[in-house]
Amino acid sequence: MKRFIGFIKKEFYHIFRDRRSLFILFGMPIAQIMLFGFAITNEINNVNIAILDHSKDETTKEIIHKIASSKYFTITASILNETEIETAFKKGHVKAVLIFEKDFSKNLGKENNATVQVIADATDPNTANTISNYVSAILQNYQQQINVAVKTSYQIIPKTRMVFNPELKSVFMFVPGVMTIILMLVSAMMTSISITREKELGTMEILLVSPLKPFQVIIGKVVPYIFLSIINAIVIVLLGIFVFNMPVQGSYFLLAAESVLFIITSLSLGILISTISASQQTAMMISLMALMLPTILLSGFIFPVSSMPLPLQIISNIVPAKWFIIILKGIMLKGVGIQFIWKSTLILVGMTLFFIGLSVKKYKIRLE
Amino acid sequence: MSISVQNISKSFKDKTALKNISFEVQEGELFGLIGPDGAGKTTLFRILTTLLFADSGTATVANFDAINDYKKIRNNVGYMPGKFSLYQDLTVEENLEFFATIFGTTIEENYDLIKDIYVQIEPFKNRRAGKLSGGMKQKLALCCALIHKPKVLFLDEPTTGVDPVSRKEFWEMLKRLQTKGITMLVSTPYMDEAALCDRIALIQDGKILEIDTPQHIVKHYPKTIYNVSANNMYQLINSLKNYEHNYSVYPFGEFVHYSDKRNDFNPTDLKLYLEKQQLQNIQISKTAATIEDTFMELAK
Repeated sequence: MKRFIGFIKKEFYHIFRDRRSLFILFGMPIAQIMLFGFAITNEINNVNIAILDHSKDETTKEIIHKIASSKYFTITASILNETEIETAFKKGHVKAVLIFEKDFSKNLGKENNATVQVIADATDPNTANTISNYVSAILQNYQQQINVAVKTSYQIIPKTRMVFNPELKSVFMFVPGVMTIILMLVSAMMTSISITREKELGTMEILLVSPLKPFQVIIGKVVPYIFLSIINAIVIVLLGIFVFNMPVQGSYFLLAAESVLFIITSLSLGILISTISASQQTAMMISLMALMLPTILLSGFIFPVSSMPLPLQIISNIVPAKWFIIILKGIMLKGVGIQFIWKSTLILVGMTLFFIGLSVKKYKIRLE
Repeated sequence: MSISVQNISKSFKDKTALKNISFEVQEGELFGLIGPDGAGKTTLFRILTTLLFADSGTATVANFDAINDYKKIRNNVGYMPGKFSLYQDLTVEENLEFFATIFGTTIEENYDLIKDIYVQIEPFKNRRAGKLSGGMKQKLALCCALIHKPKVLFLDEPTTGVDPVSRKEFWEMLKRLQTKGITMLVSTPYMDEAALCDRIALIQDGKILEIDTPQHIVKHYPKTIYNVSANNMYQLINSLKNYEHNYSVYPFGEFVHYSDKRNDFNPTDLKLYLEKQQLQNIQISKTAATIEDTFMELAK
C-alpha cells in the first residue's frame, strides 16, 4: 500500500509540474463551457432587419413597432425601394427585409387580406428559418389581437408548451455535451498520454523490473485523473448552475455517481489506448480521432441521433458519450431517477468492464 | 553462481540478436560485456532482467529462473538501462525516494550503500533530474538502482556519453560496491574500462568471442605488436597498409599498432620501407597487446 501511495504521489508531481497539461486540465473546461454557452448558440437575439414600407399607415406602424420592441429584432434601416434590398443584403448589414404592400391597412379592412413579404438572407439557413418563424409568430400574435372583437367562424389555435427547457435555451443542451467531452478528453487522453510517456522515456522498463505489479502501475496512473476529472465535473456543473441558470432537477447524488461511472469508462478507454500505442503522439492521435470526433458528432450532443442515417445511428450505440448524455439530460433537465436511466447506466458499466478486460489482456509485463 | 546463461538465442523479426550465448558470473564478480553498438548487449540485459523472453536456452539470476521466477528476480536485481530512465521532472531527492518506496524500502535503510555516491549529488538534491549533467545523471541512476540493496546489478553502458573524469569516478564507485558483495554485469563499448573488470566477455554480432580476465585475454593475441609513429599519421597508415607483410594495422592514439606476418620480423626493414615512402621521425618500438587489439583480432 505504501508503494502504491508513493506511486500516486509521483503522478501528482508529474501533473502539477507540467504546465501544459495543467492548463488543459483546468483551463479547457472553463473555456469550452463559456464558448458554448455564450458564443455558439442557435438562438437569435437582436438581429438587424430592414423595413420597406410601401403603405406607411396606422397598421404597418403598429406592426413595425411590435417587431422593433421584441428582443429578437433591431430595425436598422428603412429602405425606400426594391432595388436597395439587394444592396442591403450584399453589404451584410441586415439579415432580413420586411416589405409591406401598398395600401396595407385599406386592403386589410376591405378584403380582409393584406400581405407582408419576408425576405431572409439564407447564407445561414438555420438563422433564416428562425427569423421567418419569429416574424410569422409576431404577425400571428398581432392578428389575434385585432381579431378579438371580430368573431371568426373557424380557428385552430395550437398551444405549444416547451417542457424541460421552456425558454429553449441552447446552453441546456451544451452543458451536458461539454461535460461529456471534457470528461472524455481529460480521462482518456491524459491517462493514455501519461502511460505512454513512461514507455517513451524508458521509465516503464524500470517500473517493470520493480516489484510493482502491473495493476498497481495502472491504478496508480488512473487514480489522480479520477480526482481531477471529478473536480472538473463539479466545476462544469457549478458553472452551468450559476452562470447559465441550468437546473439540476434530479438528485445530485445520482448525478455524481453517474459522472464517476463515466469517468471510469473513459479512463478504461485511455488505458486501452495506451496498451496499443507506443508513443505519446500515437496515443494523442488515437484519442482525438477515435474518441473526440465520435463524442462530438455521434453522441447526439450537437446533431440529434434520430435524424442520422441508419448506419450512423447503429454506430452511435457504441459511443459511450451517447449514453452519458442521455443520462445527464435525464437527471439535469427531466429530473428522473435511476428507474428511467438504468438501461444507459448498465450499458456504460458493460462497456467499462469490456475495456478493462481487454486492457488487462493486452497489458504487457515484458517489453514485447 | 550469481548469473548463469546457457545457450541463449534471441532474434527479432529478420535480425538475430544473440546466437547461442553461454557464460557464468560468480558471486561478487564484476563482469564486463565488451562489444560495439549492436552486438546484442542490451538484448542480453533485457533477457536477464526478465523484460524479454529468449527464443531458446535458459538463464538464471541470483539462482532464480528468468522465466518461471521472474517476479523474484525483479525483487532482487537493480537495473540501470542504457538510456537515462529516471523522471526528469522530479528532483534528485524525489526520484530516489520514489524508487526506494516502490521497492518497499527507505533511503535511510540502505543509506550506507549509496552514501559514497549520494554525497556527490546531494548538493543538487532539489534540482530536477532533467537539469543534471551527464555524469550526475548516471550517479543518480546508480543510486536509484542500488537503493533496494540488490544482489545483482545490471549496468547497460553506464558511462556512454559521460566525460572522462566522471567515467573514472564511476568505475571507482563500482569497485567500491564490489567490496560490499554485489555482483555486477556491466556492458561498455570502451576498451579501457574493460581492464577494470574481473573478467570480460568480448561480444560481437550476438556471439561471444572470448571470455577471460583482462590480463589473460591479451595473451590470445598471436603476434608481437609494435608502436609505430612518424611525422604524417595519415600517410603512415596508408604506407603500412600497403606494406606486403603487414598482419594488422590499427591507429591507436598517437601511434599505429602494427604487427607483421613474418615470425622473423626485423623492425629495421620496416623503417627502411617507411623512409622510402618519404616519412620522417620514424619510431618503432615493441608494445604489449591491448584488449582492443585482441578484440580486433578475434572479430576479424
